[in-house]
Amino acid sequence: MRDISWSHFEHKADMGIEGRGPSMEIAFAQAGLALNAIISDLKSISPRVVRQIRCLGDDPEILFFDFINEIIFLISSQGMIFCRIEVKITDSELAAWLSGEDIDPAKHDPAVEIKGASFNNLSVKQDKNGQWVARCVVDV
Amino acid sequence: MDPGILKKIAPNTFELEQTGAMRVPGILFADEALLREMEDKVLEQIGNVATLPGIVQASMAMPDAHWGYGFPIGGVGAFDPDQGGVISAGGVGFDIACGVRTMATGIHRQDILDNQKPLADLLFKNIPAGLGSTGGIRIKGREMDEMLTHGASWAVKRGYGWMSDLEKIEEGGVARGAIPDFVSEKAKQRQEKEMGTLGSGNHYLEVQIIDEIFDKIAARAFGLRKDDAVISIHCGSRGLGHQVATDYMRLMVIEARNQKINLPDRDLACAPIHSETGRQYLGAMRSAINCALANRQIITHLVREAFARIFPSATLDLIYDVSHNTCREERHEVNGKMTRLFVHRKGATRSFGPGSPDLPKQYMDIGQPVLVGGSMGSSSYILVGSREGMKLSFGSACHGAGRVMSRKQATKRFRASRLIDELQEQGIEIRGHSFRGLAEEAPDAYKDVNRVIQVSHDTGLARKVARLTPVISVKG
Repeated sequence: MRDISWSHFEHKADMGIEGRGPSMEIAFAQAGLALNAIISDLKSISPRVVRQIRCLGDDPEILFFDFINEIIFLISSQGMIFCRIEVKITDSELAAWLSGEDIDPAKHDPAVEIKGASFNNLSVKQDKNGQWVARCVVDV
Repeated sequence: MDPGILKKIAPNTFELEQTGAMRVPGILFADEALLREMEDKVLEQIGNVATLPGIVQASMAMPDAHWGYGFPIGGVGAFDPDQGGVISAGGVGFDIACGVRTMATGIHRQDILDNQKPLADLLFKNIPAGLGSTGGIRIKGREMDEMLTHGASWAVKRGYGWMSDLEKIEEGGVARGAIPDFVSEKAKQRQEKEMGTLGSGNHYLEVQIIDEIFDKIAARAFGLRKDDAVISIHCGSRGLGHQVATDYMRLMVIEARNQKINLPDRDLACAPIHSETGRQYLGAMRSAINCALANRQIITHLVREAFARIFPSATLDLIYDVSHNTCREERHEVNGKMTRLFVHRKGATRSFGPGSPDLPKQYMDIGQPVLVGGSMGSSSYILVGSREGMKLSFGSACHGAGRVMSRKQATKRFRASRLIDELQEQGIEIRGHSFRGLAEEAPDAYKDVNRVIQVSHDTGLARKVARLTPVISVKG
C-alpha cells in the first residue's frame, strides 16, 4: 500500500516536518499539513475558504523551501490556518490550493507561531521503495 | 558532548583545537556538567563557524549554547570586514533582535501580591499575545519605513513612552544604517498588524520580585531594591524579522551555490560584509532590529497604561533593553589594536563593561545591565558587563536557560493544567493563550538557568547583580 502521511521529527529548539507520498506533489502537500499541525490539531480546522500559492524554481529543495515559507506567510499575514492542501507541479511551477479558516484561539488552541522554514535537514527525495519524502526544520 | 575531547584552558573555559579548515580555535564557556548536556552538534557548529572568512580570535559558545542553524544558539563570532569578513543571516537567526527589557516599578512585593490576580488579568487582557493576535496599531507605507529607520525613537515620537527611555536602550534605541528598501514587501506585510504584540513560544511578560542582590553598588546604579517588583518583556521583531531572515538565508544559500562555494552546512550561508548582498542584509537586518525596538517600546507603553489602573503613581522607568540575535559593528581590541568588527551574537547578549562606548551615563562606571530571562516560572537574572568580558568574548554573555528537551518531547511529558497548578502553588500566576504552548514551555524542558548564570559570573563574562523571581507570567 502506498503511504500518504505526515509527521514531525525532533529538533531541540524547533520542529521538523516531513511529508510522504507516491508523488512529490503529495509529499509536499503532506508536509504542508505537518506544518499546520505544529500550530493546531488539524481536526479542529474547518475548510471554509481556499487560498492559492504559486512558486517558481527548478530545484525541488528550493521549491519546497519556498512552498513552506509561502504557507507560513499566509498564516502570519492573514491569520489563517489550513487543514487541506493540494499541490500541482508542472515544469518548474508549483501551484497549491489550501483550505482552512481564520485562526480562532478558542477553537484552535494555537500552540506557537512559526517563524520560517530553514535549510536545516531540508531534503526532497525518493526512498528505495519509490516513496517521495519532503522534509525540513522550521523555526518556531 | 564528552568534555574529554576539549582542552581546558581556564576554569569553565574549554578550547576546541583548531584543525582542518578552521581559521581560529573554538572556545566554550561552560562547566563540565553543562558541556555534557550540550549536543555534539554544538561542537560541530562551533567548528564550522571557525572556518568562515575573516573570523577573528575564536568561534565562541556561551554557557547556554545549544544546537541552532549554522551557528549554535549561544554562538558568538566576530568578523573583520577588511580581512574578507562575512555576515551570515543564519548567524543572526530568525527572530532578529529578540530581546528583553526590564522596568523598575518601585512597588514592594506585598503590594503586588495583594493585587496579584487582578494585575495578571489586566496585563493578559491589555497586551496582545498568542498566535493570531493583532495589535491596535496598523502601519504601512511611509510610516512603516519611518519605524524601520528610527526604531524605539519612532515609537516615542508617536507617544509610546518617554524620551528618557531611549537612553536606556542599546544604541539609544535606534540601529543606525537601517535601509528599509532592502526589506521585502512580504516582510512589511507580515508586520502591518503586529506592532505592539508579544508573539508566542518562549516570549513572555513577567512581573518579578527582586529576591536577592549580589552586587549592591551595581544594583543601586540600576535602581534595584530588594523585595521591589520589576516588569520584564521578552519578545522580538515579529513577522517582519522572521521574513527578513527567511529572505536573506535563501538569497545567501542560492548565491553560495551559484558561486560554487562549498559550505560545510547550508545554514552557514553568508556574504562578505563588503559585498552588495552583505550591504543589503545589513540594511534589512538593522531595519528588523528597529522593528523589535519599536515593538518593545509600544508594549512598554501598554504595560504602563495597564499598570496605572491599579498603581496610579508607578512610573515604570526603564532599567535597560538588550537584544540577543544581532550582528553589530563595534570596535574591539585584537592583538593590541582597536579593530572594527562585525560581531554576531546569536542567542547571546551584549555585555559591555565599564567605560565602553554606548553606555548610558548613569551606567558608565558600572557596565551594561545584562538581562537574562529564565524559563517559565524560573528565576531571571540581572548581570553586569565586565572589563574581562570585553577581552574574553567581545563583551558577550549568555541570554537565557536554553532548551534541553524538544517541544515534541515536552508536550508528551507535561500537561498544561498541571503545570499551571504547580506554578500557582509556588505563588506564580500564569496566564497563557494556549494550553499546548504552555506545555511546550515547561520549566523542565530548559537547562538550569542558575548554573548558566554561575558560569557567566565565574568566568567574568558578566557578573551577578540580582536575581528575579516571577509572580505573574503572561505567555504568548
